[in-house]
Amino acid sequence: MSDASLNASNAASRDAEPQDAGFGDFFSLLKPRVMSLVVFTALVGLLAAPVAIHPVVGFTAILFIAIGGGASGALNMWWDADIDRIMRRTRSRPIPAGRITEGEAFGFGIALSGISVVMLGLATNLVAAGLLAFTIFFYVVIYSMWLKRWTPQNIVIGGAAGAFPPMIGWAAATGGISIESVLMFALIFMWTPPHFWALALFMKSDYDEAGVPMLTSTHGRRVTRNHILVYTLLLVPVSFALAFTSIGGPAYLIAAVLLNALFLRGAWAIWRRDEDAAEADKYATEKKVFKHSLYYLFGLFVAILIDATLRGYGITLQSLWGA
Amino acid sequence: MMAIRKPHEMHRRRFSRNLGLGLVLAAFVALVFGLTIAKVSSDEFSVPKTVSGGSNGQN
Repeated sequence: MSDASLNASNAASRDAEPQDAGFGDFFSLLKPRVMSLVVFTALVGLLAAPVAIHPVVGFTAILFIAIGGGASGALNMWWDADIDRIMRRTRSRPIPAGRITEGEAFGFGIALSGISVVMLGLATNLVAAGLLAFTIFFYVVIYSMWLKRWTPQNIVIGGAAGAFPPMIGWAAATGGISIESVLMFALIFMWTPPHFWALALFMKSDYDEAGVPMLTSTHGRRVTRNHILVYTLLLVPVSFALAFTSIGGPAYLIAAVLLNALFLRGAWAIWRRDEDAAEADKYATEKKVFKHSLYYLFGLFVAILIDATLRGYGITLQSLWGA
Repeated sequence: MMAIRKPHEMHRRRFSRNLGLGLVLAAFVALVFGLTIAKVSSDEFSVPKTVSGGSNGQN
């Protein structure tokens, strides 16, 4: 598609009368798939905490953490509406498709941000509410408005926004921040770049046309492969460190050994390949590593939950070593 | 006699939005009620002392 035809279609969608949006259009502004990761990791942070929380208070906390995450997604779509109109992947989103106006998305995002922070503060404590407010600010202002269109390292620093939910869940239960919650944050923070860059290697995206600098196009695919290996190497000690905190245990240690071995082997395989080899098998290795990276994070967080259950029966790493 | 008109697609979308919003508001009311019950029935709950120095209701 030429620039001229792209511009023509953009103008057409801008000038079109906004249609009446259905409930589903507003719900899709919240990026439900991203919300599911937020809910899962926040829930693990909340359940792994050493302080018991009333089920209704816990449910409310998770709900408003999810709504806060969704609100930042709506504000991201409001800010990025111009590039969403250009990229094929995002052109059917409610704003570029003309079902919701930019103003409506902005109002929706701001209102939900305020409601989620206030409700989380009322239901739990100010530390959790403050962390949620900072997460929304970080994703919208630091990532969307500043880093995303400025540096190919956008995903590295911007990944912090997705790393906060377990910290917020932990703070909702305990009222504070600790080494455990910081390490859960660090785990997601270090995991995001290799996970995303593995995807960027096989997804032919039109970020270039939209003017978004991605590592694969600004520095090339060889450099991206190097980055995946280096960030995976840095991820390994962070994930192992969690095993020796109060929320770690035998299940987490076993999961960390297996999943890190798998992820490292994948990163090594990606690093050894060049583009010709990748093209030859249609990026099979990159696709496999991307899939494994999802299992990696899910597996480690499930292991944290299993260890929380085992602790109830007195089974910890210390008890096993002492036996 | 009531006029019979075929509902437009727009009316269907409006209805879904209005119904969704109504259900969300009802769920929000139920949640705040449940949260209030959970808070006031917890051991940590106590009625704040009044500004005039009155009792906290437990003395």
